[in-house]
Amino acid sequence: MSPREVRLSTTPTPEAIADLRLGDVVYLDGLMYTAREGVYMRALEEKANIPMELPSQSAANFHCSPAARINPDGSFDMGAVTATASFRFAKWLPEWMAKTGAKLIVGKGGMTSKDYKEYFVPNGAVYLSTVGYGTGALLGRGVENVEAVHWNDELGLAQAMWVLKCNRMGPFIVASDMNGDCLFERENAKIAQNVERVYEGTKPAVMKRYGESDDRTDEVI
Amino acid sequence: MIPLALIQSTAETLMDKAAIEIPQDYLDGLQHAAKTEDGDLSSFVLKAMLDNYEAAKEDRRAMCGDTGVPRWFVKLGNEAQVEGGMVALETALRRATANATNGVPLRPNRVHPLWRTDHDNNVGIGAPEIEYGFEPEGAWIDLITVHKGGLFGSDYRMLFPSDGIQGIKRFYLDSLMAFGKRGLACQPAIIGIGLGGSKDICMTLGKRASTLRIVGSRNSDPRIAEMEDEFKELGNSIGMGAMGFVGKNMVIDCNIEVGYCHTGGLPMSVHAFCLSSRRAVARIHADGRVEYRTDPDWFTDYQRRETVDWEPQREAAE
Repeated sequence: MSPREVRLSTTPTPEAIADLRLGDVVYLDGLMYTAREGVYMRALEEKANIPMELPSQSAANFHCSPAARINPDGSFDMGAVTATASFRFAKWLPEWMAKTGAKLIVGKGGMTSKDYKEYFVPNGAVYLSTVGYGTGALLGRGVENVEAVHWNDELGLAQAMWVLKCNRMGPFIVASDMNGDCLFERENAKIAQNVERVYEGTKPAVMKRYGESDDRTDEVI
Repeated sequence: MIPLALIQSTAETLMDKAAIEIPQDYLDGLQHAAKTEDGDLSSFVLKAMLDNYEAAKEDRRAMCGDTGVPRWFVKLGNEAQVEGGMVALETALRRATANATNGVPLRPNRVHPLWRTDHDNNVGIGAPEIEYGFEPEGAWIDLITVHKGGLFGSDYRMLFPSDGIQGIKRFYLDSLMAFGKRGLACQPAIIGIGLGGSKDICMTLGKRASTLRIVGSRNSDPRIAEMEDEFKELGNSIGMGAMGFVGKNMVIDCNIEVGYCHTGGLPMSVHAFCLSSRRAVARIHADGRVEYRTDPDWFTDYQRRETVDWEPQREAAE
């Protein structure tokens, strides 16, 4: 069975978000901005003014640094676009969502169901994962234009806030829903049933390391 | 004498090829995986990746937005001579890395570990890494660039002889489980295992096993070759596929490389290359001919030699 395909605005209605199901494949239209640790620290810890109207211009936060360049004439060339792993940004996201009204967090690998239940669902937000990883060339094709690059001088190309005009940009996979359920945890639970059999006969290292867990259904993130 | 300008221009072409063109051996491996995959989501992911390779080649844009940490392996035939010497060669490779970062473009990933200084060109202290190997004959040099991801999928552990094969399997599975969940290792991938060596060389062996050997290659030691088959099968029997979704393709191939180690130890490293497996190779001959390929052919008999002296005549007679 192929996953269901959905076109979604980067300023989605609550109804459109509520309609998303785990495993749906999403293509985005509208403006999306990149923000990762550099932008979060600058906006939330250093209290710099965010150089966009959020969420009216965009409610989609991409955990991404593109493979791109700024030309001498100030124009931009966007090559491939791929997300970075999102779990590292959990410490900033609740405040970021409250401040910017972000409804779509787009990145690699998702967050935990605890994150989803604690601050995604109350903010009416869901998580979209990139596919692969990563389908950088396909996503690059979905960028119709680079509208602006904010904070390049302060943060550098990789951490700057890129504003992308998306035209059927995708694919992305819906990794959380309005119940706060997590696609990856659902898959982990299925795989966990087989873990004991795969490990049969193997033995733990004779010399242990601090911090080890022997529960293979745990995640290390 | 190999001209310096030719080294730099070839290196720039290699950076472009590595970022954009999926190596055929890996593509064949992934296409085979896509045929056998029956998990709904895993199948969708593999199909999207195959579409992505096409899009990258058509548009001449990088396969992945995270273009990794570009590095160089340089192999020289014993008679090779480079215009300006080895310092000039290193400068040419650093220039090519910086130019291609802006030209392809690649993501300027390289930053200072503490001050996060970013030169926006993937060049800095110790970056790009340049490593060397030599071969007994020839006046050529091989330039090999690898753009490996830098964050997830690799681990090291000092095991001991009493850990044995079952301890090796345990650490292998642990590494796949830890980084495979949510697809952090960007699997299905070429998995490299380093066994032995000193601690740093153990990491190097595993990294080279994943990045400098192609899908379908086998170690010249038949017993290690058997382990490679067995470990590939073991990784694919976890039930985990692309992105950590339910599936049967985690390992496109498993390559094992060994080095002699301390008598009391059995150091082990595991490395996952990624869904883009970015590598490109060129041989530059003394007469200026350049031949491009995707097989680094790094692990020759000479690289794996066990004896004090290299005796090619005896090897040839066997």
